[in-house]
Amino acid sequence: MSDEANEMKRRSFLKCMAWAGTGLVWAMNGGVLSAAELLAEPKRKQAGFTFVQISDSHIGFNKDPNHDVTKTFQEAVDRINALEEQPAFVIHTGDITHLAAAAQFDTAAQILKGARTSQVYYVPGEHDVFTDDGKLYFERFGRGTQGQGWQSFDYNGVHFIGLINVLNLKQGSGTGLGGTGFGQLGQDQLTWLQKDVKGLSSSTPIVVFAHIPLWTISQDWGWGTDESEQALGYLKRFGSVTVLNGHVHQIMQKVEGNVTFHTARSTAYPQPVPGTAPAPGPIKDVPADKLRSMLGLPDVNYVAKENQLAVVDETLGST
Amino acid sequence: MLIKRNLMFALTLALIVVGVTAYSRHAHAHTPAVYANEIVIQNFAFEPSTLTVKAGATVTWVNRDDEPHTATATDKRFNSKTLENGDKFSTQFNTPGTYNYYCALHPKMTGQVIVK
Repeated sequence: MSDEANEMKRRSFLKCMAWAGTGLVWAMNGGVLSAAELLAEPKRKQAGFTFVQISDSHIGFNKDPNHDVTKTFQEAVDRINALEEQPAFVIHTGDITHLAAAAQFDTAAQILKGARTSQVYYVPGEHDVFTDDGKLYFERFGRGTQGQGWQSFDYNGVHFIGLINVLNLKQGSGTGLGGTGFGQLGQDQLTWLQKDVKGLSSSTPIVVFAHIPLWTISQDWGWGTDESEQALGYLKRFGSVTVLNGHVHQIMQKVEGNVTFHTARSTAYPQPVPGTAPAPGPIKDVPADKLRSMLGLPDVNYVAKENQLAVVDETLGST
Repeated sequence: MLIKRNLMFALTLALIVVGVTAYSRHAHAHTPAVYANEIVIQNFAFEPSTLTVKAGATVTWVNRDDEPHTATATDKRFNSKTLENGDKFSTQFNTPGTYNYYCALHPKMTGQVIVK
């Protein structure tokens, strides 16, 4: 192929990537988090700081519709590096790998090392822990966490909490047992959470991140978390709570009182909207030139003055 | 002479046995797999979701989905670990009872083996 043809191919590819979603930019404005496509750069100018959420990279997945998830993950990191303002940190909300293999974790970590940011925070997805209860995951990413991997930290007056809801999953109710098949927080983690926020002033903006949504998106597909109401109950008194999740491989948002929920796209493959397919799992018949419009990442912007968080959802397809 | 004839007979018999075994293997390879005591994982479900077997039976799970799944006992007494497309897992059930299991990746997927 001639250089010109190659360039044409690359251009049309980038064009398609433009409206596929790779990431979300989260912006904090005086405590309210709002999302926007990574495209909407100018809006984030007055931000106190920004951070990027990246999710569901599923390194190791190699079937339709994406036979090279390592490449699309790299593209997401390239997006981060192309941001006008370097994000303070990156949060990976789980399903880093597809099968929790050591080599898959290492590939992901290696690529994220190339991200221009000071730190990457991780929470695991069920794909990262289902073979060994998270042994390989925690060996790599568990440092500095508490209990069974929970973590919290403060950044510029915003309190961040990383919860784990993919360990000790219990079976659903299909064969007569009373389970939901949902994510699990567990009493120990709830107790820790209650203590963690106890001393904070109610005006402290809170950002919670976890893999499986902390709100019920689909009973049938198990897209929700047991005890999430209890967890959010501890956060009721706060003026601004933002919950960032992955797992569903598509953007879903909900506002309930002071709580804003947001799920991120995957960098690997899209999943169907609940009710539109018999089962979850990859949407396989995505045309190659449309794939990147369905992958993405959020970029979050925090504007200290207005105490608000703004989320910009960027697709891998946007230019 | 008699010894030689007996030997010939034994040899012929052995050949027939080998031939039958080879044929039956051949037949298996070409028949769509419908085995007793087999649970097929397809479309994010175990089929049949309830399987009843006799004590001592070996049950085999086979994953026909593109997505990975597991067959994990609720009480953890057996665990297939990762089953990718085409992978199989077998375990023997010696004690009568009801054994609930699920997919560790998709806990909405559940099934049970009843051993009589």
